Amino acid sequence: MRADLEIIEPWIEDGARVLDLGCGDGTLLDYLQRQKNVSGYGLEINPEHIETCISRGVNVIEQDLDKQGLGNFRDNTFDTVLMTQALQAVRRPDMVLEEMLRLGREGIVTFPNFGYWRLRWYLIRRGRMPMSSTLPHTWYNTPNIHLCTFKDFEALCYQHHIRIKSRTVVDDEHRFRWFNRLWPNMLGQIAIYRVTR
Amino acid sequence: MSEPFPADSVGLVEPRLLHFAEPLTLECGRQLPHYDLMVETYGTLNADASNGVLICHALSGNHHAAGYHSPNDRKPGWWDSCIGPGKPIDTDQFYVVSLNNLGGCHGSTGPASQNPETGRPYGPDFPVITVRDWVNSQARLADHLGIQQWAAVVGGSLGGMQALDWSTTYPDRLRHAVVIAATPKLTAQNIAFNEVARQAITSDPDFCAGRYLEEKTMPRQGLMLARMVGHITYLSDASMGEKFGRELREQAYQFGFDVEFQVESYLRYQGERFSENFDANTYLLMTRALDYFDPARPHGNDLSAAMAQASCRFLVLSFSSDWRFAPARSEELVNALIDARRNVSYSQIEAPWGHDAFLIPTPRYTNLFTAYMQRVAKEHTHAG
Repeated sequence: MRADLEIIEPWIEDGARVLDLGCGDGTLLDYLQRQKNVSGYGLEINPEHIETCISRGVNVIEQDLDKQGLGNFRDNTFDTVLMTQALQAVRRPDMVLEEMLRLGREGIVTFPNFGYWRLRWYLIRRGRMPMSSTLPHTWYNTPNIHLCTFKDFEALCYQHHIRIKSRTVVDDEHRFRWFNRLWPNMLGQIAIYRVTR
Repeated sequence: MSEPFPADSVGLVEPRLLHFAEPLTLECGRQLPHYDLMVETYGTLNADASNGVLICHALSGNHHAAGYHSPNDRKPGWWDSCIGPGKPIDTDQFYVVSLNNLGGCHGSTGPASQNPETGRPYGPDFPVITVRDWVNSQARLADHLGIQQWAAVVGGSLGGMQALDWSTTYPDRLRHAVVIAATPKLTAQNIAFNEVARQAITSDPDFCAGRYLEEKTMPRQGLMLARMVGHITYLSDASMGEKFGRELREQAYQFGFDVEFQVESYLRYQGERFSENFDANTYLLMTRALDYFDPARPHGNDLSAAMAQASCRFLVLSFSSDWRFAPARSEELVNALIDARRNVSYSQIEAPWGHDAFLIPTPRYTNLFTAYMQRVAKEHTHAG
């Protein structure tokens, strides 16, 4: 099982209404449906992923966040709006974040930390845009058009009056490491944030 | 001897005419004292009658959705691409029921049938039928077949509207509604096209105010024109462009008004063929049923309030180049279902053929449809 599912699960109430932005093959929603009896929808644009969601019995809506936005959803429709590993790939992360908290009471966001020491070292040593196992793309052909550090994200939340309820920092396999907690913005690879108004 | 039909075909099928002796009260207030429905079924009904799938046909469709009526048939039923062993609607798993709707002209009671009050064909006296009337008659058909609850009600275009209406009219009698290339209501442009089609028919001198059967004529020209304009709306600019472009029938311009371009020849051929096999009064009825369909209307035009009555799960599919019932119309429905907190999945399938795409198998369409129906099948195999 994906380690991030275990981290997210306790944050979701039993029977909650959930929206998963960029739900992929529906693994997370499927898991939450079975463990927490949640209901809701996943948004996805990849045809293979959509098919897998349907096979699993996960409600999936083909909708492109960048092109169509989330205007078709009414305020406070959901208990929790999730977005795992997609914030860095949308055109306006700030607006998506705002929308998440318009639709839901709580948001859960995970993204890779561009302040991770290895990426910093890569840039210093080679003077080129860092590439790694979590960020395997070249700068000119990457879906990750808005990479940020944990500090950047927290500054954005502060500006938008968004409260961070909790933050868990893990490595690229979603494992806890003591040093992640020691100096997250330098040593953490992926953060899982739980935010609200 | 080898089978004359493809392995994934339901093979030779035989339609049945079912008689319903109880009167049916229609939305317009009138009553049909009794009526017949022409029906085909494929596959086998399981012991607890939980694997029934109802196929609802579109404007010019009929009961013959899959298989062949004779080994000499050139073409199978109209949705053979999606119904059969191993196909999206898998006849090894489902008991598939397909009918010709009331008001139709392929065996079910319609304007060409005899009016019991006069002993002559109904013609223009046949009552105006609505989607709700069809759904009510289909519910009687389900009773007759011993099906209390459909595994799924499935339809494309006008058929999808029947599936939608099933979900709110008989919420306990279906577990899934599959709504393909449909719309929760016609736009002004849609109604306008229907009106042109109706005018083409009613202004044909051979229409004889709808009594052409008694007058022993046929408004062929009008029906042909109606079909021609309809047909244009089923295709896309791109698909017509690819099929015909500006191709001429002769090498050079003839400087006249007979058929010059291949597209004209094609449309005339389609229209003529249609006018030989279809009833003009039925065409009027079917287009009016389309115009009237508007489930939000009794709910103060709030579609989500209408859809809140449903309890089944939904699959909604649209096609990128469909401009007759554009993806935006399906999305309107999906948004209403989300608002009403119903279970729904939606996909817009990339396809160049316009509205007709729902009849054309493409990998993505077939795979999605199959994945959904397999999921539906799991429910009754687990329960049974």
